[in-house]
Amino acid sequence: MSEIRIKTDAPEASFRDVAKDALLTAVVALVLAVPFIGLKSDSVGIALALQTRWAEMFAIVGAVVAGRVLISLFRLRRVQPRTPQPQKRAGAKELAAAWGGKHIVLIGVAGFAFAAALPFMPFSSRYTIDIGTTFLIYVMLGWGLNIVVGLAGLLDLGYVAFYAVGAYSYALLSTELGWSFWVCLPLAGLFAAMFGVILGFPVLRLRGDYLAIVTLGFGEIIRVVLTNWVEFSKGPNGISGIPRPSFFGFSFAREAESTTFHELFGIAYSSQHRIVFLYFLILALAGLTNWFTLRMRKLPTGRAWEALREDEIACRSLGINPTNVKLSAFALGAMFAGFAGSFFSTRQGFVSPESFTFMESAIILAIVVLGGMGSQMGVVLAAFALVILPEWFRDFQQYRMLLFGVAMVLIMVLKPTGVMGSREPTIRLHKKDQGSAAEAQPETAR
Amino acid sequence: MAYFIQQLINGLTLGAIYGLIAIGYTMVYGIIGMINFAHGEIYMIGAFISVITFLVLQAAGIGFVPLILVVMLIASMLFTAVYGWSVERVAYRPLRRAPRLAALISAIGMSIALQNYVQLTQGARVKALAPIISGGVTLFEQDGFAVRLSFLQIFIIILTMALMAGFSYLIDRTPLGRQQRACEQDRTMASLVGVNVDRTISTTFVMGAALAAVAGMMVTLYYGVVDFFIGFLAGVKAFTAAVLGGIGSLPGAMLGGLLIGLIEAFWSAYFSIEYKDVAAFSILVLVLIFRPTGLLGKPEIEKV
Amino acid sequence: MTAAQTIAAQGEALLEVEHLTMRFGGLTAIDDLSFTARRGEITSIIGPNGAGKTTVFNCLTGFYKPTVGRLKLSHPTKGEHYLERMEGFRIAQVADIGRTFQNIRLFPKMTVLENLIVAQHNALMRASMFAVAGLLGLSRYRNAEKAAVEKACHWLEKVNLVERADWEAGNLPYGDQRRLEIARAMCIDPVLLCLDEPAAGLNPRESLELNTLLKAIRDEQGIGVLLIEHDMSVVMGISDHIVVLDHGRKISDGDPAFVRNDPTVIKAYLGEEEGEDDHA
Repeated sequence: MSEIRIKTDAPEASFRDVAKDALLTAVVALVLAVPFIGLKSDSVGIALALQTRWAEMFAIVGAVVAGRVLISLFRLRRVQPRTPQPQKRAGAKELAAAWGGKHIVLIGVAGFAFAAALPFMPFSSRYTIDIGTTFLIYVMLGWGLNIVVGLAGLLDLGYVAFYAVGAYSYALLSTELGWSFWVCLPLAGLFAAMFGVILGFPVLRLRGDYLAIVTLGFGEIIRVVLTNWVEFSKGPNGISGIPRPSFFGFSFAREAESTTFHELFGIAYSSQHRIVFLYFLILALAGLTNWFTLRMRKLPTGRAWEALREDEIACRSLGINPTNVKLSAFALGAMFAGFAGSFFSTRQGFVSPESFTFMESAIILAIVVLGGMGSQMGVVLAAFALVILPEWFRDFQQYRMLLFGVAMVLIMVLKPTGVMGSREPTIRLHKKDQGSAAEAQPETAR
Repeated sequence: MAYFIQQLINGLTLGAIYGLIAIGYTMVYGIIGMINFAHGEIYMIGAFISVITFLVLQAAGIGFVPLILVVMLIASMLFTAVYGWSVERVAYRPLRRAPRLAALISAIGMSIALQNYVQLTQGARVKALAPIISGGVTLFEQDGFAVRLSFLQIFIIILTMALMAGFSYLIDRTPLGRQQRACEQDRTMASLVGVNVDRTISTTFVMGAALAAVAGMMVTLYYGVVDFFIGFLAGVKAFTAAVLGGIGSLPGAMLGGLLIGLIEAFWSAYFSIEYKDVAAFSILVLVLIFRPTGLLGKPEIEKV
Repeated sequence: MTAAQTIAAQGEALLEVEHLTMRFGGLTAIDDLSFTARRGEITSIIGPNGAGKTTVFNCLTGFYKPTVGRLKLSHPTKGEHYLERMEGFRIAQVADIGRTFQNIRLFPKMTVLENLIVAQHNALMRASMFAVAGLLGLSRYRNAEKAAVEKACHWLEKVNLVERADWEAGNLPYGDQRRLEIARAMCIDPVLLCLDEPAAGLNPRESLELNTLLKAIRDEQGIGVLLIEHDMSVVMGISDHIVVLDHGRKISDGDPAFVRNDPTVIKAYLGEEEGEDDHA
């Protein structure tokens, strides 16, 4: 953290500097605010006219300056040597983190158990389960992308393309050929993985940022094609009437030609059965993704992913084929996006290109990076912050995305390694906490 | 033939605009090695500021076109430059030593925030502006097809050339340019020999933003419509242009921009307008596979 | 049994470099270099800064494609390999050449043990049947991993890092990192080990330990060692054969005693002090 100090935090910073800083902030904020907050272009008939909002503008500028002064003063106090409190607090925080690190498996199991029990909780409603389902989709996508970005260190800005491939695979196979969800699910994953390989083969030898821009381009290409190739994808109108999932062949309808779910179990019909079933389905899929990733980490492929992220040249010197390793990460990450995509389309019953914009890729990437690259638990926390919290601010709908963007910047500035930045070794020679056998490792400067 | 030349003119005009945005990407990438994802939004902000400046001038009753153009140009460059500076100061400077992905996420966050900021403050509806420069010359006619070069196109191309010339001078001949090149090569060393690295990086953002603002103003004039969403696609294409030309190279950015503009114009004219974005990206992929350093980029010898 | 341990006659030519030339644009980094490295010997490449030593390594290990020249590796069990035609990772995978880097390249966020396990990637991949056996938890993979850990431990003992096996590699002191990198290269069971300035930055005690380690590797494994080094106490102490480069050309070739007294070498080192100072 000490590295990201700004100049004004140097020990000699004084109240004069704070005042100077405040003045600068005021001038800059004013310049920024005049053309956008102070003035507004408004349509009057067909022409544009100008409106002014000076009062609001000064209020906002004032608030920004006040905020800046408060932060500066806070920092000023912190750098003064006579304040032991922050250190103590940091100690407590580290203790909590250490406890969390030690019992990560316990926390994970508890979290999973809670998720499994959620539909039966007294407070849970259809709305809760719906949100829970959405949340789990993002968790699953985050875990999938974590393989690519977090473990293998490949910057993928077009992850949503594979999600789209999965969604459209199921949508098309089910509406055109009438194939069932359970057949299409693995196929969707397979198609997405295939796309991953086809795209990955030429581009994976590119340097990191080039890869980012090519994947971004690929994401856009898929969307443009889905929008314009009307004969194939029904274009911007999307595909509707996608079959809803059945309970392994037993429909969730009130009445059907074959046995329905509620008849099978001899219970009263409820529209909620399907919602709950979908919830468990995504919970299972997400669980599978997590299990797979955790397992892979301890296998040669998974270790090679991480090694590649650390140093590609060293990998080559050890006889590891970087292209294969990258392809495997890319394809497997894509596969899980494909699974999630087919789930998405059966849940919605409708897909259109609009669901697969760059924004989605950005959110998923943000979940991975904010959570802390490579950390499975981090993904859950970040997905919570980015998916559930905004739901609570529904009343501020119009400010939601603004706050979302600001929050992304803030979290990165305050904690660049993400919320869960530490890494758990995949294999140990000495048991954990065995102080006598192994020397204590110095605290990493993070 | 006539149709071809018309597309050439259209493509060059569009390319000039992409090129100006691409310079911002290439300079920032050169100096701090990150994709300034918010740069597309900076361009969008430049476009909005030019609209608002025009409205202010209109409200003040000024109708003299050259004056309007000059004031629009200066105002959008100035205000947008402050936006560029602030973005760097708030979202990137604290992350100088952080992992590279952190800066990228911060940039994406900034991009989302700016887009929604403009949507909130200026409304989501498309802003349409009456043409300020109209008219043009007919170059020649062939088979009943007239090749037209509008005054606006002349304005855009000349302005771009002038800016490029001024800019190359700035980078090649002035101490500022020298400091920028020094920071590009080795930031630590540059600071040791007395270059103020933070200030140099800030200047880079300011310059990039000012050029993006010019591009924004050109688009406002050229298409007459602006909305809060134009930054994304233009940004992606301009970045494509920068990579195509060889990232880090100024003439490369301009060349890449022109190429992307031409590809788009010809593709729309001869193949399909729907897939013009696909064309630009496909060519990018091909270039990267066969010449990963871009057209004018220096081949990079891997340091082992 | 490593491939290298099935020892044939010592002193057999292992690597034959013939007419190696490497140009970068107009700069000729290596000019018509030929030499031979033998099994069971330590061959050192020395020379002033910028002589092209690291470039030789990078050609050998596939990071550069030589402009001209033939690099023939006579593998004791797998036959002859022409390195100039092979992709970088294949040189380590098929021709069994291990290397270290001048500016250490470990996997800093991974532990010491993990670094050594990653080095055994190819063997473990086969055992895990491309992750399938591993995912299913078959004993076939579990045993292979156990063997990999044992081999890692063997090398950890050799380089005295057992206690720190679970440290993040990036947290190790400098000297430990150097030794870990050598251990990692040994974990691929090389027939030729290329070390790029392994003694750089070590204190006298550490470089003495390094001497012992390298001699042990040569004598116990019977493999060839190719060494770039500036530290003359290391070079003269352990080399069986020394090749001297200056400005990309070979100026001397022979045993330590011969090279030490070769007037051209003395001139290159003492007479041309103004030689440029880049780390090629």
